[in-house]
Amino acid sequence: MATKAKYKTAPLKCWKKVKELRLKYYEDYAKAHERGGLRWVGGAWTFSAIPSGLGEDVYSLTSEPYGASIAADKQMSLRCLEASEKAGYARDLCAYMRNYWGSILINEYAFGGTFPKPDFIWQDHICCSHAKWYQVVSDLEGGLPNFCVDVAVGPYEEVAPHKVDYIVEQMQDGIEWMEKVTGRRYNDDLLIEAVKNEFRSTSLWAEICAMNKQVPAPLEEKTMYSLYVLGTLNKHDRSTADFFEELRDEVKERVDQGIAAIPNEQCRLMSDTQPPWGFLSIFRYMEEFGAISVGSLYTFGLIGIWEDKPDGSWGPRTTPMDQGIEITSREQALQLYADWTLAKPEWQHFYSPHIKTKMMARIAKEWKLDGIMLHYNRGCEGLSIGIAENRLGLIEAGYPVMSFEGNMGDEREFDETRVRARFDAFMETLGVAKVGRA
Amino acid sequence: MGNQAVLDRETFETFRNWRVNRAEYAKAWKERTGRKIIGYFCTYAPEELIYAAGILPVRILGSHEVQDVTEPHIFAMFCPFCRDCLAQGLKGRFDYLDGITIAQSCLHIRQAFTSWQKHVPIDYSYYLPMPHHVQSARATPFLAKELELFKASLEEWTGKKITDDAIDEAVEIHNRNRELLWKVYELRKGDSPPLTGEEAMEMVLSSQMVDKQDHNAALEKVLARLSKRDSTRPTGTRLMILGSEDDDVEFINMVESCGATFVVDDHCTGTRYFWNNVESAGDRLTSIADRYVKRVPCPTKDWPDRTRVEHVIKLAKEYDVAGAIVMQQKFCDPHELDNPALTKALKDAGVKTLFLEFDVTVPIGQFKVRVEAFLEMLQDDDLF
Repeated sequence: MATKAKYKTAPLKCWKKVKELRLKYYEDYAKAHERGGLRWVGGAWTFSAIPSGLGEDVYSLTSEPYGASIAADKQMSLRCLEASEKAGYARDLCAYMRNYWGSILINEYAFGGTFPKPDFIWQDHICCSHAKWYQVVSDLEGGLPNFCVDVAVGPYEEVAPHKVDYIVEQMQDGIEWMEKVTGRRYNDDLLIEAVKNEFRSTSLWAEICAMNKQVPAPLEEKTMYSLYVLGTLNKHDRSTADFFEELRDEVKERVDQGIAAIPNEQCRLMSDTQPPWGFLSIFRYMEEFGAISVGSLYTFGLIGIWEDKPDGSWGPRTTPMDQGIEITSREQALQLYADWTLAKPEWQHFYSPHIKTKMMARIAKEWKLDGIMLHYNRGCEGLSIGIAENRLGLIEAGYPVMSFEGNMGDEREFDETRVRARFDAFMETLGVAKVGRA
Repeated sequence: MGNQAVLDRETFETFRNWRVNRAEYAKAWKERTGRKIIGYFCTYAPEELIYAAGILPVRILGSHEVQDVTEPHIFAMFCPFCRDCLAQGLKGRFDYLDGITIAQSCLHIRQAFTSWQKHVPIDYSYYLPMPHHVQSARATPFLAKELELFKASLEEWTGKKITDDAIDEAVEIHNRNRELLWKVYELRKGDSPPLTGEEAMEMVLSSQMVDKQDHNAALEKVLARLSKRDSTRPTGTRLMILGSEDDDVEFINMVESCGATFVVDDHCTGTRYFWNNVESAGDRLTSIADRYVKRVPCPTKDWPDRTRVEHVIKLAKEYDVAGAIVMQQKFCDPHELDNPALTKALKDAGVKTLFLEFDVTVPIGQFKVRVEAFLEMLQDDDLF
């Protein structure tokens, strides 16, 4: 069924560039040793600007996006998951983690060749799986230098100097440790540059997401996944900050010109937690109803850093540079960096689902949503924690909520037909009929 | 049965009664003292500080009944233990609590706390950000600062200052309790342990539910008699049990009825709870903080090194165990993340293992078949 488009639409001009940057990232990591450089691994949330002080030839492989990349390749993913299970790891553990371990166990890199062994591990810890993930990586690789920063100091609304100091002291210890394990001298100028890049990129991503308050939305969530990913790979890198600036300008242009992400937008939704990466086609199915997911706390707040604006709305956090702060020392850079990162929206629900419900209700109101889809994600305990309370809270706040069970990285735990059927029922409840894709 | 045996049994019955009738005990304590009671969800809660505030800290545990009220509150992929704990609150079984607290540990149990905060009427709640990086020198000073905030919060709630003397007394009482438990555990190293694993579990569990002064008095009574206990019960195969939270007395009883005795454990309802004392590490709050940072860790805090593996192997050797039951609450990620390394280390140390996944209700019949097969295998080792 095809209908006349309600809004004009156009492909993103920077689409090709983001794909190139992503591929370059994975190639850079794999080829780092050929260039005499260093390879480190750690989570997407780790303080990635810090290893930058070791030199300009230091490349990372962040764990969650890598696990997601494997999940998108169902055949490789199955081999990885089965290899992890065979090695004794429980099937209900984080699916990214099991994909990642499997990639080491079968010795295949998702971007070609064998799995490139890292030189060291630089991780942070807020979810039970974070530090333990790399304990196992170290076991599997026969022992690797491993440092992890605990960031679980409580929600940002209760931030206090001793909480920031606890993180900064661990960062300082980590820098000394890095110098020892790599034999390199640390360069504070490179650190300061990387921290500034990260302030820019994470604030810019929030600015881009805030533009999706517009009706029709200039971006839809499936596309946003391909864009925000740079912030999970290389958020401290100039290339990411510059790309997000370019993207911000393009999205602004789309808003000014009324260019929509989907041509028949009639129902605005948001999702929650990571999507089932092997089944992103469900977002295309939604379009048959003129339904668009304009984002989620996950997409907005996994890397985006936000603040309350004077008019009461939620918007990008003002960077220290825009506040006129000059960063001149390692200690100052680390203090600002820790404080900045503690405000990450996706870290707040680890302490209370009720904080998350408030943020989600705020998004629902400001982004003018008609309903909410909650992915009860068996693959991620960290982002599914409290999700049942979020459901109750959002219903209490007056929003229609649909829930569906699945797994972001283990296709054996996702029933696409059933999810589509649930979505049909949700649309019927909201009084939204199929309009077909224009 | 002689008088001695009857007395011994009565002494252990005290522990069992406290565990089974925890609500009655707590209500009577409250009436007797006129003071408040706080429920805590994880053994990282600094009981000394709560006790020093004149409050009785009691652990919130489940009831081992099929879950029927928590589905709307906690997603089914989280462990049955956290759901069972929440169920107790939703069903009003801890209606004698004035407040609740949690010291940050795993993601699972904190959901019982946050749902309880919202859905169970309560006067006071406190989330203590217990650090995870306990292998870092930065953890103790950080926790000491957090304990200052917790102390101030308790003082505001009770309207009463927590004095240094009160802290000293609370530390002394809690340390005494740990020392007494440790002495009882020492007796289990002998060829013919004078108590069963079930009795030991009742003893430690009840210590989490009653005033430590009452518990100390009961422990002293037990200790005075245990060394003289006339045990005719054969020890059988010496076992260790380790893993997630475990208060499944019925399971322990079943295993011990099959020709075995649990002589040691690594559980937060066992050794992990009481193994380390508060020792002087500076000021009072720093000393308390240091105890919780340096205690035998839950796997969720045991990184980057796996110190618990070394500790478990040491226990296995000191208590001369022939086999270990590695149990895990279903979906307990922290233990799932340690179990392969732990099992390998035990095997390397010559200790055979049996892995069992627990739910709130344990299939005793099916588990018995597996346990019997495991014991038979271990006994074959003895033969040849």
